[in-house]
Amino acid sequence: MEFQLPEYNLRMMLPEIFLFLWALVVFLFDLLSKRRSESAVGYLTLLGLLICGGLLATTGYGRGFGNMFFSEPMALFFKIIFLGSAFMAVGSSFGIIKQKIVNHRGEYFGLILLSTVGMMFLASSQELLSLWIGLELTTIPLFILAAFFKDDKLSVEAGIKYFVFGAFSSALLLYGFSFLYGMSGTTEIVAMKMNLAALFIANGSLGVVPLVAMVMIIAGLGFKLSLPPFHQWAPDVYEGSPTPIAAFLSVGSKAAGLVAFAKIFVNGLWAFWGAEMAPNDWGYLTGILACAAMIYGNVVAIRQTNIKRMLAYSSIAQAGYIMIGMVAVNEWGLEAVAFYVFAYLFANMGAFAIVAIVEDKTGSCQIGTYRGLSQSSPGLAACMAVFLLSLAGIPPLAGFLAKYKVFAAAISLAGQSQDYTWLYWLAGVGLLTTVFALYYYVNIIKQMYFSAEESPYRIKPNAPAVAVVAIGLIGVVLFGIYAEPILQFVKDIPAAAGVIPR
Amino acid sequence: MEDTILTLITFFPTIGVLLLLMVPKERHDSIKAVALIISFVTMLLSFMLWSMFDPMANGMQLEVNLPWIVSFGIHYHMGIDGISLVLIVMTTILSVLSILSSWRSITKGVKGFFISMLLLETGMLGVFCALDLFMFYVFWEVMLVPMYFLIGVWGGPRRIYAAIKFVLFTMFGSLLMLVAILYILFQYQAFSGEYSFDMIKLLSMPIPYREQLWLFGAFALAFAIKVPLWPFHTWLPDAHVEAPTAGSVILAGVLLKMGTYGFLRICLPMFPDATMTYLPYICVLSLIAIIYGALVAMVQKDVKSLVAFSSVSHMGFVMLGIFALNFQGLQGAVLQMINHGISTGALFLLVGMIYERRHTRMISEFGGLAKVMPFFAAVFMIITLSSIGLPLTNGFVGEFLILLGVFKANSLYGIIATSGVILSACYMLWMYQRVIFGKVTKPENEKLNDLSWREKLIMVPLVLLVFGIGIYPQPLLERIEPAVKQVLQHVSRAQTVRLDERYQIQKVVHQSENPTRAMSGLTQGDEACLR
Repeated sequence: MEFQLPEYNLRMMLPEIFLFLWALVVFLFDLLSKRRSESAVGYLTLLGLLICGGLLATTGYGRGFGNMFFSEPMALFFKIIFLGSAFMAVGSSFGIIKQKIVNHRGEYFGLILLSTVGMMFLASSQELLSLWIGLELTTIPLFILAAFFKDDKLSVEAGIKYFVFGAFSSALLLYGFSFLYGMSGTTEIVAMKMNLAALFIANGSLGVVPLVAMVMIIAGLGFKLSLPPFHQWAPDVYEGSPTPIAAFLSVGSKAAGLVAFAKIFVNGLWAFWGAEMAPNDWGYLTGILACAAMIYGNVVAIRQTNIKRMLAYSSIAQAGYIMIGMVAVNEWGLEAVAFYVFAYLFANMGAFAIVAIVEDKTGSCQIGTYRGLSQSSPGLAACMAVFLLSLAGIPPLAGFLAKYKVFAAAISLAGQSQDYTWLYWLAGVGLLTTVFALYYYVNIIKQMYFSAEESPYRIKPNAPAVAVVAIGLIGVVLFGIYAEPILQFVKDIPAAAGVIPR
Repeated sequence: MEDTILTLITFFPTIGVLLLLMVPKERHDSIKAVALIISFVTMLLSFMLWSMFDPMANGMQLEVNLPWIVSFGIHYHMGIDGISLVLIVMTTILSVLSILSSWRSITKGVKGFFISMLLLETGMLGVFCALDLFMFYVFWEVMLVPMYFLIGVWGGPRRIYAAIKFVLFTMFGSLLMLVAILYILFQYQAFSGEYSFDMIKLLSMPIPYREQLWLFGAFALAFAIKVPLWPFHTWLPDAHVEAPTAGSVILAGVLLKMGTYGFLRICLPMFPDATMTYLPYICVLSLIAIIYGALVAMVQKDVKSLVAFSSVSHMGFVMLGIFALNFQGLQGAVLQMINHGISTGALFLLVGMIYERRHTRMISEFGGLAKVMPFFAAVFMIITLSSIGLPLTNGFVGEFLILLGVFKANSLYGIIATSGVILSACYMLWMYQRVIFGKVTKPENEKLNDLSWREKLIMVPLVLLVFGIGIYPQPLLERIEPAVKQVLQHVSRAQTVRLDERYQIQKVVHQSENPTRAMSGLTQGDEACLR
């Protein structure tokens, strides 16, 4: 066989290449300005993200690097989410770079961009190795970012913890991949499932190896998604790292893990199989983890006194809800996952932005700091209330529609197929734990609104932070009331991902 | 106008919210004025709705049906029948009065308070107008948030506990309802090939008996918590006692009705077979609520919690009327929903008025108020009598119809329920006697002012309504009638349409005590009336 050079088609990768170069520009800009770039470097980063969004919109669908790099609806949708979360994280960082990060602003923003590049690369890759590289490119900058306050013990602890857990889980993931590669002889996801199917038909079973691979990969990705029992790093890391980075971790990095999960399991290990030979063991396993995440995350969040830790546990629980959509592998499932992450982006980034604003002013993340905030800063308190209610899933906010879609996916599949009646239980656990979730979200609202005395802090946020909160607010309200365009867009995702026939 | 009036009524208070957001928060008078005008115009619009409504016609009227979220088959579908009509009018009237009653008592966070009141009004009106299950659910949940703030921010000493208890109880119920709604959606898709939440369309789908049992259970739990049916009532006394006056009025007057409305609009028509199965249990729970609520009310020391427990008892009557499943019972139940809104709303307003003067609601702190506040005493008397159900007051008509229906269905239930009427006379009159009659024992009570013109303005319409409905209930009854018949017709599918399942039901009912009695209310009594 003659070796053929693959078609590069670099145009497909234009947004990623641009963002990578822009990260270098940001590094250089800060250096050349002799570390006196102040907020200019932040605006530069925002500009880069906007241009990258524009490039993304004009790139269109296609493939590059042979069959390694795909640009399709799911990739595009998640890239928008990654860029959005990076944008909102950068936007809420302006207070921190003024007060705390005086020397390394360029690195701070540049690393956020690099991590975003990794996520975007991951979303487009259809091949295990490049997927893994994307995941690493996502995570390694985050190790540094988590430990960015070098003099703060908590931040350094966060960095180290994240690094140790991250390295270990990457190794697990790679080990799992090696089993899949060993069985199928390829790392390309589509070819892999074909080969596995051929093997299955020839032998009647696949033996225990895919199970081992499955467990390894779920453990490795479970770390990224902070699903119990792989969640222990999350609260400490969120608490220690700079608030915008915690926000970025909770949305961007989590969404990246979800994309990887969807590609390997929903697209790779499930989609090809007919009902009679569906090895849906990963579904059970993931379902159990999702259950654990919803119960554990929501119950433990109730006891937290630090709002960042509370949001960490809430994001563990939210990952559980998202996983319900992931295991509901029918035409509604992936769609629900995509929409959930979209709604979660606005609500969670918005809530974290307000946490960052309050922290900039008061230096504290204790829930007690929020007491009486509604009287001293009514606008901020109202926005926070809206974000929290959306996270809790109260209509007519976007979070409700998202939860609704996820449960709808589970219940529809449970009704369609006898093999999936356990999804009723999963949905039931999800609904019951929503009540717990309501309790701790509403607790913050209680602190802000029900206190008799006025908060001593009068908070005047800076312009980019206001913009971030406004984006979050508009997203949460608008896509709660009129989500039709987004819903139409995510409708294409399952078909494009090969979950249902086109 | 025909197809926009419902949208206009529902969202007019929201326009008020947007206006209020623009008013600076220090300008209390303008805020109050805007809120009052907006709610007053909403009331006028609902009167217009009343005149546009054709009392003779069957089915839904003034419908509007637009696609909203097409990919789920969610439509913006609104429409009303007689039951929703009277509830809408009651809601708008009570909203105006409760906004008026908050004129003085709310001193902090004025802007937030009136914003919450108006948002709440939108939520309540939306629930009564919605004909799409998804919309119904959205409005149902939307109401939670402003009510939570009303109790939690402007409430009494234990307000935070009460607010959170209220939210968690309601949320728990409504999440189960959400599961049931989703399940119905997919069943309907399998049945007809399209996704739809349309309550009218869903009625055409036959649901197997076992599934009906589950679905009815999920919906009924959500509604029973809202009503509240014993033993799901424990949130109610807390919420009522801690809520500000306006909150209590709305809570008792309208929010509780949403539970019974849900039974009438969704549970009964959609799951007729399950209705028959659950009927004896719900009747027994209602009877327990009637007696238990009355007995607990009797020993209350706080006037407000007495009224709260009397609500449990009265709502038990409404539930019993609904589940008598005959024409008189249902009609009485709908009428009694209105009556309870008027009389209990008025009682809470009166309690709020003396609380503003004395800052206590303990019965033992009062006595002899007839001498210092004669107008107040007179109004209080009328409302008390209406709550007891004296002839010529509204309560009598409703209770009479309910009892008539219940006796027709099952005389034992009727006898027990009637004893509830007597108990209600006991606790209400005893309370009245201790508060109003006798000598003025406390010196603080000697210089109390009688009702101001504003307070008279609040009470006079309610007193007029009490006598109006009591003497000439016909306009209400004739509008309720076609809707009630429609509900009965849907319930009767359980026996007439699917005979095979009917035997199954009878077997199930037979195992519980007193099987055929409960059914006979419909099978013999009203068949002529239905056909």
